[in-house]
Amino acid sequence: MELIVASTVGVLTAGGVYLMLRLRTFPVILGLALLSYAVNVFIFASGRLSIDQSPILSPYGEASYTDPLPQALVLTAIVISFGMTAVLVMIGLGAFFESETDRIDIDTADDAAAPEKDTQA
Amino acid sequence: MSHAGHLLFIIALLPFIGALVPGLMIRAGRTASAFFTAAPTALALVMLMILAPAVLRGEVIQAEIEWLPQLGLSASFFLDGLGLLFAGMILGMGLLITLYARFYLSSADPMGQFYTYLLLFQGAMLGIVISDNILLLLIFWELTSLSSFLLIGYWKHLPEGRQGARMALAVTGAGGLAMIGGMLLLGDIAGSYNLTDILQAGEAIRASEWYLPALILILLGAFTKSAQFPFHFWLPHAMAAPTPVSAYLHSATMVKAGVFLMARMWPVLAGTDAWFYIVATTGLVTMVLGALIALFKDDLKALLAFSTVSHLGLLTMLLGFGTEAAAVAAVFHIINHLTFKAALFMTAGIVDHETHTRDIKRLGGLRHLMPVTFLIGTVAALSMAGIPLFNGFLSKEMMLEEASHTDWFGSHYAVPVLATLGALLSVAYSFRFVAHVFLGPQRDDYPHTPHDPPFGMWAAPALLATLVIAIGVAPFLAEGIVTAAANAVTGADLHPHLKIWHGVTPALWMSVIAVAGGALLLMLHRPLDKGWIAAPRPEAKAIFDRLVAGIVALSRGITDSTHNGAISRYLAIFTVTAVALGYIAYAGSGLSAPTRDMLPVPPVIAVGWIMLIVSTISVVGMHHHRFRALVLIGIIGLSISAGFVYLSAPDLALTQISVETVTIMLLLLALHFLPKLTPKESSTGLKMRDGLIGLAAGGGVGALAYAFLMRDIDTISGFHVANSYEGGGGTNVVNVILVDFRGYDTYGEIIVLGIAGLLIYALMHALLDGPSARRLKNTDYSEDRSRDRHPLMMVVVTRVLMPIAMVVGLYIFLRGHNQPGGGFVAGLVVAIALLMQYMASGFAWTQERKRIEYHTLIGLGVVIAGLTGAGAWLAGQPFLTSAFTYIHLPPIEEFELATAMLFDLGVFLTVLGAVMLMLYSLSRIARFAGQTVNEGPMDYDPGEAAKDRDTED
Repeated sequence: MELIVASTVGVLTAGGVYLMLRLRTFPVILGLALLSYAVNVFIFASGRLSIDQSPILSPYGEASYTDPLPQALVLTAIVISFGMTAVLVMIGLGAFFESETDRIDIDTADDAAAPEKDTQA
Repeated sequence: MSHAGHLLFIIALLPFIGALVPGLMIRAGRTASAFFTAAPTALALVMLMILAPAVLRGEVIQAEIEWLPQLGLSASFFLDGLGLLFAGMILGMGLLITLYARFYLSSADPMGQFYTYLLLFQGAMLGIVISDNILLLLIFWELTSLSSFLLIGYWKHLPEGRQGARMALAVTGAGGLAMIGGMLLLGDIAGSYNLTDILQAGEAIRASEWYLPALILILLGAFTKSAQFPFHFWLPHAMAAPTPVSAYLHSATMVKAGVFLMARMWPVLAGTDAWFYIVATTGLVTMVLGALIALFKDDLKALLAFSTVSHLGLLTMLLGFGTEAAAVAAVFHIINHLTFKAALFMTAGIVDHETHTRDIKRLGGLRHLMPVTFLIGTVAALSMAGIPLFNGFLSKEMMLEEASHTDWFGSHYAVPVLATLGALLSVAYSFRFVAHVFLGPQRDDYPHTPHDPPFGMWAAPALLATLVIAIGVAPFLAEGIVTAAANAVTGADLHPHLKIWHGVTPALWMSVIAVAGGALLLMLHRPLDKGWIAAPRPEAKAIFDRLVAGIVALSRGITDSTHNGAISRYLAIFTVTAVALGYIAYAGSGLSAPTRDMLPVPPVIAVGWIMLIVSTISVVGMHHHRFRALVLIGIIGLSISAGFVYLSAPDLALTQISVETVTIMLLLLALHFLPKLTPKESSTGLKMRDGLIGLAAGGGVGALAYAFLMRDIDTISGFHVANSYEGGGGTNVVNVILVDFRGYDTYGEIIVLGIAGLLIYALMHALLDGPSARRLKNTDYSEDRSRDRHPLMMVVVTRVLMPIAMVVGLYIFLRGHNQPGGGFVAGLVVAIALLMQYMASGFAWTQERKRIEYHTLIGLGVVIAGLTGAGAWLAGQPFLTSAFTYIHLPPIEEFELATAMLFDLGVFLTVLGAVMLMLYSLSRIARFAGQTVNEGPMDYDPGEAAKDRDTED
């Protein structure tokens, strides 16, 4: 199970980083979404894995529970990452409306002097 | 704190408080402005004189207020002999300069500004000399750099003024930075930032291995401030300042700050070989070099500037000798130099003011036209030359005496010969000042016919010239203060006797050689001057400018090559750095053995894992098709929710699944306006590079996760589990942590979420008010739209679902404290239910039926949560302490009432409001994009059609 969770975090991170480095807003947003999954699972996993030990206190005497603290942290993180995604989407939309392109690395006047740079990109 | 301590505080504060006044008083006239500058200075001086007798008796006056004790920073001041000497000089000269400047500055100059700057500087300088905390001292040190920048650049219209001010700030500021490092080291070695403690720890500091770095860094600060070679070049350029500034900052006070610091640190740092060779050698070189350049300067102020450099070198050398007698000589020369050099600067200012030139080659023969100025200038210049019966002679004799028995790298002659050479050059330029300005034939081509200035202008230099003669004739007058200051410097109990005649000593012969040689040099000045002008020599300003240009080019090169404006490059650099740092940390310490066994993997989970991995790879592989990628993202999110369920995190699963839903809706809405395909524009090389970065990052994070998953951990969660029910009144530990244990975090988080919602709303408005609105209206989106946008079935189903969803939301909210659920999830569930109405029945129709603004919801939520937290204050508890009780309502079972519930209500409302506001904002854009407004809930309403039929019938 540990290997499964760790590999999930790894694959999500790899995909997220790759997409984050693309040149259009939408893939970057997708990449950041993948990355937030990865980070959330990572933080959640830092409380170690356990099965059938929900942190809901049992009325029937002694029971063992999983670590509730990372769960509380991740719960708010999930909601906040939604907020962040929404802000990013809005900024991306705004940039698209204003500049009529969704490229994220728009050439500025300074870069115009070196046009060979953006053909590479 | 003692009565005297209070006085010391007031002295330190007075200039800063006073600085507010002159700038305002200038409307009342220049004299009033000058008066209000002089008043706080004079008051501070009187207070200082009240404290003086005790200090002269050897007492040390202290005053302290704790400021930032965690950093070792306190507002503590102390006044000993050295501080008294400098404070007296700063305040006394401040008064004289105020008077002089009143007459020197023309009516066109903004005089109120000048006096404000002057008082700021005076306060900063005073702070340096009476600070008892080296961190506080550093603050004042930087303040002098800043305020002197303002003063040097006072004549803003002159490019030389601006450049000189910049150069002074760059050099002294850089030195100040070095000194911060040195002082921190020193405080670290001594274990205290209090000067009085550090002064006690001299032995330990000199023995420390950090002694040399600390020494060099502190000396860098002192040398740059006191214009020691090779940092001397800024001082002559700072002469673009008005002459009162030059007289005050560049002869009497600021340039002496470096000397003061060396004197202050003398008991701690002096006495080692490193100190002797660095400080004494630098001083010696500066003394000779400064004097040599001064001899050939034609600008009166430049001549005086280089002579100041030379005399500062002399002081540095004396302190560098490290002997007590040399320290006495240094203290005495500080006083003497102040008197004659400030008088000379003022004289030069008067000459400039009256003749409109400072070029020595255009002057000469002024003795008949300006007899008073001539008299003052001559007295001061003879003192500078070291002629008997003037005070400069006394300290120069002491300096030569010390030099005569100082060995330098085994040589008996190096120091005495060079010191004599310095004295000789000093005689030469002093004589030249008198001979070439005042003596010689009267000319008729002065740019302006000169005459003596009004009394107010020559009063200050005349007073100083009187002091020159008084100390020169009766040196015992200065004995008290010199003794007190020298004892403060050396920490010893000295009783020096200042006298004119020491007998026929080597120093006397060196003096005689210096005076004779100096006179000879002056006679040969004309041919020597020709040779000097012809000789090649480095121009400090050009070198400095090239150096600055080089540094600017270097930093621009670094900036441009890393910050090219491409965010993908930054992200790549950031990721690679993070991975590399992670690897370094791993390589540095390695791993311990695993302590946990792996949990088994049931087949369902394995299938889910495969689905998740395949989806992730597919998102990457087909991200060009944006809709497809979005569907796959949804699969990933759902798989993760399922994982949370299996791994004992029901709350997370609930949250994840509802957030997933709104995220997909959000991205779908956004995609409506964006291109549906991502063009393939990355080269294979770039894809390979990014792929490698991604794999490295993923591999690293995955390995890290695996490493810690296989090892046990000490967690603080035991406390939360143990106290959740008894302390927080809930059995869902996660929810109790959110609303109780870490309620403050949650409170911050809902505020952030609320702000994000408002930010999106504001962005939407900014967009719709700008040119984007026109562009949106002119873009045709009709191709993307469904022909049946509000299908009958969906409308009906969502209507039916609405109350059910509300009840589910309420249920999830209420059980949250004890079972999985809570404000976050409930907020999201209700938001989804509302969003369904928007989607099914259309924006306008739903909007019309909305009763509460979403902004209001956010505000209400934050306020409720905040008030709940603040309610704990009423019970005398800290913010957000919760209380709970159980009540029994007959039809229902036992029922819990907790203030945490109220807090959770705040969370619920904020989440609901923020999520709705975000999606609402995006949908509003759609309205602008030419979307038709539907009046009814459905495009085709069977009810309407039936009604129509009825009316027709």
